[in-house]
Amino acid sequence: MPKITMTVNGQERSADIEARTLLSSFLREDLGLTGTHVGCDTSQCGACVVHIDGQAVKSCATLAVQNEGRDITTIEGLANPDGTLHPMQTAFHENHGLQCGFCTPGMIMTATDLIKRHKTSGTPLDEKTVRAELEGNLCRCTGYQNIVKAILAASTEMSA
Amino acid sequence: MYSFDYHQATSLDDAAQKLAADDEASLLAGGQTLIPTLKQRLAMPTTLVDISRIDALNFIRLEGDVLVIGAATCHATVATSQTCRDALPALASLANHIGDPAVRHRGTLGGSIANNDPSADYPAAALALGATIVTTQREIPADDFFTGLFETALEPGEILKEVRFPLPVRAAYSKFPNPASRYAMVGVFIAQTSAGPKVGVTGAGQEGVFRWRELEDALAQNWSTDALKGLSLAGDTMIADLHGDGDYRAHLVTVMAKRTLEAMG
Ligand SMILES: Cc1cc2nc3c(=O)[nH]c(=O)nc-3n(C[C@H](O)[C@H](O)[C@H](O)COP(=O)(O)OP(=O)(O)OC[C@H]3O[C@@H](n4cnc5c(N)ncnc54)[C@H](O)[C@@H]3O)c2cc1C
Repeated sequence: MPKITMTVNGQERSADIEARTLLSSFLREDLGLTGTHVGCDTSQCGACVVHIDGQAVKSCATLAVQNEGRDITTIEGLANPDGTLHPMQTAFHENHGLQCGFCTPGMIMTATDLIKRHKTSGTPLDEKTVRAELEGNLCRCTGYQNIVKAILAASTEMSA
Repeated sequence: MYSFDYHQATSLDDAAQKLAADDEASLLAGGQTLIPTLKQRLAMPTTLVDISRIDALNFIRLEGDVLVIGAATCHATVATSQTCRDALPALASLANHIGDPAVRHRGTLGGSIANNDPSADYPAAALALGATIVTTQREIPADDFFTGLFETALEPGEILKEVRFPLPVRAAYSKFPNPASRYAMVGVFIAQTSAGPKVGVTGAGQEGVFRWRELEDALAQNWSTDALKGLSLAGDTMIADLHGDGDYRAHLVTVMAKRTLEAMG
């Protein structure tokens, strides 16, 4: 079995795994990081989004072995070590950006990625853009209204 | 997924050798199509040869009046590349509307062209711009490359290296996205090229992407939306599924062609 090593939430992690292991399975089953959710397992729902070298990617559609040496951030890696929440997590909390919470990890990982990209390119973030950026993340509680509100609130906070 | 071996190719030669040594090996680029296929057990490769980290396949550059893009360049890179946005904005915009941001961070130009999904966006651009597909073995004009549903002129062991897009006088692409998948229900790419107007249509034809030559001829006579008057495609040659029947798609092609022409001014 191939041995892989990658950095997950700032820590180096290695394991011997089958080549067919998805990154989502590796994170959840080998590393016990069950904050990354697997919803549809068909690349549609986005509950499994993590950051790979700083970019949002669906972890159910990439093999763990493809990510040798890469830097992975999951929802568990967003808050500060002392437990203070990331501004995006706070914004979801304050704006009631979740109901059942299943899609939330993917929403938050997608949201932090999109804010970073728009900040880098200098393009302003409005509601229409946020909705278009959430194309690959499904919420089945019909909660988009507050999710969008939370992201716009965090975006102001994060660029301040 | 069935079990397989994995090889991360360090160079094009390395990848070509691995492929040549094993008929059942398969190339892996962004994996956005292949991994879902493997999950459904619709393919059983012995080895996946991963070409996504080969630097020589990841570039965008202008060579005179040709925009050249490496096969392993992901959609997000094409969408945000200043070179592409300046030289061929219609292509950057097309890339920016493929799937969703996470898919665009992984999916590649080469994977899309090699896969030739009948609803994929890039094939329409390749046809309308008269692109050349460069492989490890030869150069193939786009007109000869897309041979049918999920079929291309690629031979076993042949690797797509780059796609060369001659710059048009002007070009635009309009897509009516499937509300669920965001693939094209219909997408129409129109380019005014040195060889005259060219129209690539995706999402519609039962045989996959095609050039709408009647519209090209009409546009050569009269470059305006009036060129569409009296033109129609046969509904029974169009894809029919739960999202729309053949007549609906045939009509949608004319609507999207009109929008594309309007966008070109
Ligand atoms: C949710 C979702 C939405 C999507 N929406 C769209 C959309 O709106 N429009 C659209 O066009 N596409 C869409 N796609 C498909 C996406 O663009 C894929 O990334 C693309 O079709 C395949 O590229 P890849 O790099 O992921 O290829 P892979 O999945 O790695 O490979 C696909 C096939 O191509 C072969 N291949 C890959 N690279 C090469 C090469 N260099 N030479 C020869 N053969 C090669 C592989 O062996 C494999 O058979 C979507 C995908 C998903 C998951």
